[in-house]
Amino acid sequence: MKPILEIEHLSIYFTQYDRGIRKRQLPVIRDLSLKICPGQVTAVVGASGSGKSLLAHAILGILPYNSHMDGVIRYDGEELTGKRAEQLRGREISLIPQGVNYLDPLMKVGAQIRKGRKGGGIREKCRQALKRYGLGEETEEMFPFELSGGMARRVLIASAVTESPRLIIADEPTPGLDVKAASRILGHFRELADAGAGMLFITHDLELALTIADRVAVFYAGETIEEAAAADFQEARGLRHPFTKALWNAMPEHGFIPLKGAQPYPGTVRKGCPFAEQCDRRRPDCKEAEEVPLRELRGGRVRCLHPEAAE
Amino acid sequence: MKHRLQFAAKKLLRMALLLLGVSLVSFLLMCASPLDPLQTNVGQVALGSMSQEQVAQLEAYWGVDTPPVQRYVGWLLGVLHGDLGSSLLYRQPVLAIIGQRLAGSVLLLLTAWIISGILGMTLGVIAGACRGQWPDKLIRGYCLLISSTPAFWLAILLLLIFAVWLGWLPVGLSVPIGMDAASVTLTDRLSHAVLPALTLSITGVANIALHTREKMVDVMESDYVLFAKARGESMRSIVLRHGLRNVLLPGITLQFASISEIIGGSVLVEQVFSYPGLGQAAVTAGLGSDLPLLLGITVITSAIVFGGNLIADLLYGVVDPKIRRRAAKG
Ligand SMILES: Nc1ncnc2c1ncn2[C@@H]1O[C@H](COP(=O)(O)OP(=O)(O)OP(=O)(O)O)[C@@H](O)[C@H]1O
Ligand SMILES: [Mg+2]
Repeated sequence: MKPILEIEHLSIYFTQYDRGIRKRQLPVIRDLSLKICPGQVTAVVGASGSGKSLLAHAILGILPYNSHMDGVIRYDGEELTGKRAEQLRGREISLIPQGVNYLDPLMKVGAQIRKGRKGGGIREKCRQALKRYGLGEETEEMFPFELSGGMARRVLIASAVTESPRLIIADEPTPGLDVKAASRILGHFRELADAGAGMLFITHDLELALTIADRVAVFYAGETIEEAAAADFQEARGLRHPFTKALWNAMPEHGFIPLKGAQPYPGTVRKGCPFAEQCDRRRPDCKEAEEVPLRELRGGRVRCLHPEAAE
Repeated sequence: MKHRLQFAAKKLLRMALLLLGVSLVSFLLMCASPLDPLQTNVGQVALGSMSQEQVAQLEAYWGVDTPPVQRYVGWLLGVLHGDLGSSLLYRQPVLAIIGQRLAGSVLLLLTAWIISGILGMTLGVIAGACRGQWPDKLIRGYCLLISSTPAFWLAILLLLIFAVWLGWLPVGLSVPIGMDAASVTLTDRLSHAVLPALTLSITGVANIALHTREKMVDVMESDYVLFAKARGESMRSIVLRHGLRNVLLPGITLQFASISEIIGGSVLVEQVFSYPGLGQAAVTAGLGSDLPLLLGITVITSAIVFGGNLIADLLYGVVDPKIRRRAAKG
């Protein structure tokens, strides 16, 4: 199937000033590649600060002004330039943002969803979208401070699906919702995908991701370290990277075994595999290698020098 | 509504206390003034040629022989009866003088206040929206230049350019000199007010524009603007729909707080343009040891400034949806 979105060798840097004078490029995402097909849910799983939100913002062309990116993003077979992203976002590509502070505090919910457009058509669409997530008409007249956390989340989701987008990027859409509401929303996502939309589902929760994802990409310190079919997560044996295995082992039904240590802050590892410090299968060359390439392995991809060691 | 009334009553009480404090401080400063009212107003030479009784009479008139506490209490009791006393220099009731002068200044103050508010807000929004680009640099450069220029110096500069070199506008005063009051036209009055009002507006703009810019920059960096972009809203829509809305609220406070700055500025500017307004009267009263007039002006201008802040607070309640909704509920 032709992918709706292809990301190749994406890197994102922040420009920082050391003691006010020396300019420094701080990489937060390095050499990231990802594919999203229509009708599929691709989950991106990674810890806090691993660059997940930035990935979403990069696709939409709304990175902060002190950052820049390398690499290619292709949408529907054509390069997604800043200009093209500007035309497509909100129409074909839509974002469900991470937090409730993404709503204008002084504007009524309805006006935000309608984006300033008037007319019966958009009013009806807005009402339908809210209804789909269990929100009544009265919600339109409310200000964000009058919404509960869960309602605000549903408003954010509704605002993303008012148009019929072909690519939906959901950045941690479910925290703050109870299990029932969360699973209902995930069910809606599945429906949207089944109707032909491509879906990028960003989360830190592998277990949640596996409930709806077709493919899973695992982030570690701004890199994709493994990309695999959701089916590979049935057993630890199917997995390729030691970090993915550690995540798998940390799932409640697999023994709840936590991983020791913390992931390095982006840009602090200059050489070798960034996971080396935490890896239980570390070899001497892991900390020496100039670059750890992403390689194909058993129908997925992995960024590890010794993936076979697991077998 | 009851809530709102209570709020206003509390504010009014605070205002009364504040005015009391302000008048007391002005009085104490005046008492500490090294200027001797007799020497300044009557003159060394004239005093020397006067008899003992005449001097004693003058001292009584200028209140030099009355103990300060008694003087202040006397003034305060008068005020409580609605009598602000009579000006020693002008020999007229203080209220009448303030009324005349205020009528002269109001045109000046009001235009400066409105122009600096609208222009400052607009420039601030533009600068904040174009952060780092040339419009921002231009506007910020202008504001920094103006804020570091003393108002009186700017007044003199404008006077030189427009009144002396170009000769477009009159040099000073509020009406043509030597003209009979009945034949003064509105155009005359306006053309005399242009330069002082311009000076006040130019200096007022800088402050408002810089503050608005800061707020606008925050808004443009906010998550909700990011999301508005993600939803495909155009830059225009973002600035007009989200930017203005969020800048307006702090803008109200800023605008009403600027009343005090404009009144303060008018003291110097009216002096430069010999514009017979309240500011000029304040200077005259201060230098001439005209205690009742100075206290009257201080109290009235403080009341105006305080009233402005009160209006800002009340308006805030109308504009801020949080307060509005709370008021609607109970
Ligand atoms: N404007 C910025 N300037 C400098 N660094 C930034 C900026 N925005 C984000 N970062 C850094 O980029 C990294 C990735 O941020 P991002 O928001 O993408 O993380 P995330 O994976 O979404 O985390 P979370 O799960 O907590 O949302 C973080 O380390 C963060 O400190
Ligand atoms: Mg995030």
